[in-house]
Amino acid sequence: MSGAPVADATRTQRAWDVLSTVLDPEVPALSLRDLGIVRDVVDDGNMLTVVLTPTYSGCPATEVIHQSVVDAITAAGLGSVNVTLQRAPAWTTDWISDDGRRKLRDYGIAPPGPVDPGAGVPIRLVGRRAAQAIACPRCNSSQTERLSAFGATACKSLYRCMACREPFEHFKPL
Amino acid sequence: MTASIQLQHTPQLQYLLRLGDTCLILGQRLGEWCGHGPVLEEDIALANMALDLIGQARALLTRAGQTEGRAFDEDQLAFLRDERDYRNPTLVELPRGDFAFTVQRNLVVATLLKLLWQKLATSTDAELAAIAGKAVKEARYHQQHAADWVVRLGDGTPESRQRSQAALAQLWRYVPELFEADAVDDAAAASGLGPRWADVQADWQAEVGAVLAEAGLTPPAASGFRSTGKRGVHSEHMGFILAEMQQLQRAYPGGVW
Repeated sequence: MSGAPVADATRTQRAWDVLSTVLDPEVPALSLRDLGIVRDVVDDGNMLTVVLTPTYSGCPATEVIHQSVVDAITAAGLGSVNVTLQRAPAWTTDWISDDGRRKLRDYGIAPPGPVDPGAGVPIRLVGRRAAQAIACPRCNSSQTERLSAFGATACKSLYRCMACREPFEHFKPL
Repeated sequence: MTASIQLQHTPQLQYLLRLGDTCLILGQRLGEWCGHGPVLEEDIALANMALDLIGQARALLTRAGQTEGRAFDEDQLAFLRDERDYRNPTLVELPRGDFAFTVQRNLVVATLLKLLWQKLATSTDAELAAIAGKAVKEARYHQQHAADWVVRLGDGTPESRQRSQAALAQLWRYVPELFEADAVDDAAAASGLGPRWADVQADWQAEVGAVLAEAGLTPPAASGFRSTGKRGVHSEHMGFILAEMQQLQRAYPGGVW
């Protein structure tokens, strides 16, 4: 009856700490916890279960993230680990931590504003410049223009700053 | 095995396949633009939307496989069905056409899916509700992107306007199929699985109509033509897109990377 790890708060806490060091492969400025996709860590006394929620349905980084979690927990000597996916409630950019928003800005990505609760009901038929004033993450000017609704990944759009003339990405509210 | 899987079609399975196959086939069509977009940004945008749709299709086909009872997985459903067992409306299998056609079809489908996801978020099927709760956020961006372009091209140069009107004439005949209710829809509405697609028609007309009006485009008069993809009877284009999608799994059964 001996030998099996016993559930304890330390192990769970250490797992959370480890997850603070696992970076999103697409936006490596953010850890999985900054991004708000770790929903729970459960210790049943034997196995740790890390519950993740996907950002976008088709995010190609999902499998890489799962493997990174397994690798990091294992490397930290926390025993066997299982990663499960929980779709509901759906992830929102409102779950990105304040620290995460600061890291995004430092990394050159304009962080998302709050999600509009009535989003999507009306289709906004407005010009690119009038769409939203997104502050440039470099010079903080609001004289910016959207170049494309989708950037290098579905979660970002592409902007340019008319003041400092630099292009930048914006993490879209979702 | 290269042999096709055979499905036992219940109304519940058909309802899920209609949703899943709409996402799967439109995702495949949008993926065809990869490397061929008119500008790099739009190339990437279409590929990103294709990824969203494929992701939604994976979840929906997984759910469909669970309800079918013989534990078919998403890959078997995506790649090992015969043409008659795909239940997407014909509209999404039409060739990708030019950019005007692509963004107009995206507007038609994204608006439909957005409205369906909103209602499906309260489905009695908890897994379907969870898929819908996520997908609705993505569909909003797809709809907004398509609407922007439909207006820009319709209200653009003589060339873009002429092409936009031609695209609308081509796709409009395939719209009525989207809202034709049948026993599959009735069963879903009765069980609480999801709405009849016809239930969102009025909202769809209001939203798409507003975009077309802003674009200065006039829909053609209603035609008597009815496509039948949702019942598994597809256009001549379906065999070709399936051949391309299925070739790898048929030639190298169970192949993975």
